Amino acid sequence: MANAATPPSGEKPVARLVKLLFGDPLAAALTLLSAVLILALLPLVQWAFVDAHWTVAAPEDCRAGGACWAFIGAKLRLILFGLYPPQSQWRALTVIALLLTLVLLSLSPRVWGARLLGIWTLGLVVMLLLMRGGLFGLNYVPTSKWGGLPVTLLLAVISLGLAFPFAVLLALGRRSKLPVARGVSVFLIEVVRGLPLVGLLFVAAILLPLFLPPDWTIDKLGRTVAALTIFAAAYLAEVIRGGLQGLPSGQIEASQALGIPYWRMVWHIILPQAVQKVIPPLTNTAIVMVKNTSLVLIVGVFDMLSAARSAATDPMWPAPSKEAYLFVALIYFVICFAIARYSRHLEMGVKARNRT
Amino acid sequence: MITSLWYSSKARGLAIQIALLGGLIGFAWWIGSNTVDNLIERQIKTGFDFLTAPARFPISETVVTYSPDDSFLWAYVVGVANTLWLSMITIVLATLGGLCLALARLSSHPLLSRLASGYVTLFRNIPLIVQLLFFYGLATSVFPPPSRAISVMPGVYLSLRGVYAPSLTLGPGSGLFLVVCCLAVLTAVLARRSLRKHLSAVSSVAVAVIVWIGICLLGWLLTGRPVGLEMPMLKGLNFQGGLQLSPEFSAIIIGLTLYTSAFAGEVIRGGVEAINKGQWEGGRALGLSERQILFRIIMPQALRVIVPPMTSQYLSTVKNTTLAVAVGYPELGLVVNTVINQTGQALESILIMLAVFLTISLSVSLLMNWYNARIALVER
Repeated sequence: MANAATPPSGEKPVARLVKLLFGDPLAAALTLLSAVLILALLPLVQWAFVDAHWTVAAPEDCRAGGACWAFIGAKLRLILFGLYPPQSQWRALTVIALLLTLVLLSLSPRVWGARLLGIWTLGLVVMLLLMRGGLFGLNYVPTSKWGGLPVTLLLAVISLGLAFPFAVLLALGRRSKLPVARGVSVFLIEVVRGLPLVGLLFVAAILLPLFLPPDWTIDKLGRTVAALTIFAAAYLAEVIRGGLQGLPSGQIEASQALGIPYWRMVWHIILPQAVQKVIPPLTNTAIVMVKNTSLVLIVGVFDMLSAARSAATDPMWPAPSKEAYLFVALIYFVICFAIARYSRHLEMGVKARNRT
Repeated sequence: MITSLWYSSKARGLAIQIALLGGLIGFAWWIGSNTVDNLIERQIKTGFDFLTAPARFPISETVVTYSPDDSFLWAYVVGVANTLWLSMITIVLATLGGLCLALARLSSHPLLSRLASGYVTLFRNIPLIVQLLFFYGLATSVFPPPSRAISVMPGVYLSLRGVYAPSLTLGPGSGLFLVVCCLAVLTAVLARRSLRKHLSAVSSVAVAVIVWIGICLLGWLLTGRPVGLEMPMLKGLNFQGGLQLSPEFSAIIIGLTLYTSAFAGEVIRGGVEAINKGQWEGGRALGLSERQILFRIIMPQALRVIVPPMTSQYLSTVKNTTLAVAVGYPELGLVVNTVINQTGQALESILIMLAVFLTISLSVSLLMNWYNARIALVER
């Protein structure tokens, strides 16, 4: 678009801007509208930054108006780590750091492969053990005490990771020539996609114990992971199916002609190409799942949002709920925005490679 | 013989399918028998007999009449009605909001398109439930009590007890007034058509609007002012009259609309951008104005691209209303939760909830497939 708007020679940039903003009645009206909108946002800026209280001696000092960011400072531990024992807090912090390191390590598509998968599996096991304790002299922390940001991140990563193999199976099943496999896949995908996640969480939280033998006990966190996994699998399956559909059938025929076994063909030929085609919707699903982990609040899992909500009920502070939720919103925004940016970056890489 | 069976794709396919089917049936049977054992062991009552028993719990807001003496079945109906009511309002508001956002993002106006894209980025990347809780927190802890309510517009007040707005009062003769209004539209359209030859496009529309307003006003006076606005009035500590929206309802409608608009806007923008640039250029070459090109040429074609993703957006809106549980608006999810607490019949209650949502989702999908097949481009 930038090329199309190249100014005619001799016109000054200021004149061009004036023409763009006030050139005709419609443009002038829109400029006015934008100005009104921006002016309406100014009080918000004043509330959040100019009048804000960053540090206070006592909670009552926040009554003067303006955002009370001091509240976040006072409750940071509760919001980020929930009820996790304070003396073991370094473990929760290490889990976050480990997860971030793993994410940073796997950013470049060049390192993707079986080895990275192994590292991730190992990393997640280490993280879960670190959270749980009970080994190497670390004191045991039951999952009911887990909370805050580590829970949110682990829920998102584990449910997406567990869902992916199921999603591949469902997508292949839906494209299969075998009527039973196709029917079962279509049924499972459509039923799960037709239900709200809250419904699935109810099923997992209330009905799952009824479905399993009495001596099997899965704690609340495990049950929510199950619900999130099933949900993610159905949505990922549809995304992967899109990629499979875009794959030229010659690829499959050629590998069959070469006598490559089915699963090797899936792993080495079909999936790499199919996934490459659907990077934007895949990352979109990842964003949706990060956002969806917040719903576990409804079945009483203590994730970051629940922690913020319980922090906001402290009667010592004057109405701190807005600051608490804004802080949580900021963290979610940073995560989701980063994923979206990364997706665009990957897409550029794919496009550049296809062009050469 | 056996090796040829092993290498026959038909036999292999059959074997795989039988194994799959057998495994699934076995799994379902295992779950079923576990459930039966558990129900017996925990002495949980089963069956749908409870549906006819009186519910004996209040529901704070309903769009159909309800009292605690009504049956559990009716309580579910009330929940479904509330869910559909929320969905309907949100879908209408979010479609309008999305259209505005899409037009703003598509415009060449540098400020407006940037504002719109900032809005979309912000609202799409924050979980809906966080937004709902934020607005609910605002409504219940930041807004002043009714006696010091904030007035955002004349007649619209924000307070701790919810939003107060003017309500429409329909007196006797309002049906007649409605007929007059419809006739006025007809007259205005006819007037514009006959004036179009003599006046410019803008002034003929202006004349038509003036004609319409004039006839409506006259009709309103002649039929005895049947339709009016009732303003909420502060009497003592609370407002009387007008429309009162509870904090829960207001928070959900505002949160859902802001969130869904961002997605709907992107769907509409995607549809418009999917249309070949040549269509714009062709329109310009014919001397049509940008607005004419957008609404007469681009939009009708873009609709074909927009409808399928928009439908799934509408469906996720219906599913998203279940998040109202978090702020305590009595839609289906909350009613189900309450019934489970009252009767302990979790299996039946959750099955009802799932059945309702599956029915809505699958029927809308079927309808959409039919519609898509109808409007799809017939290529030769």
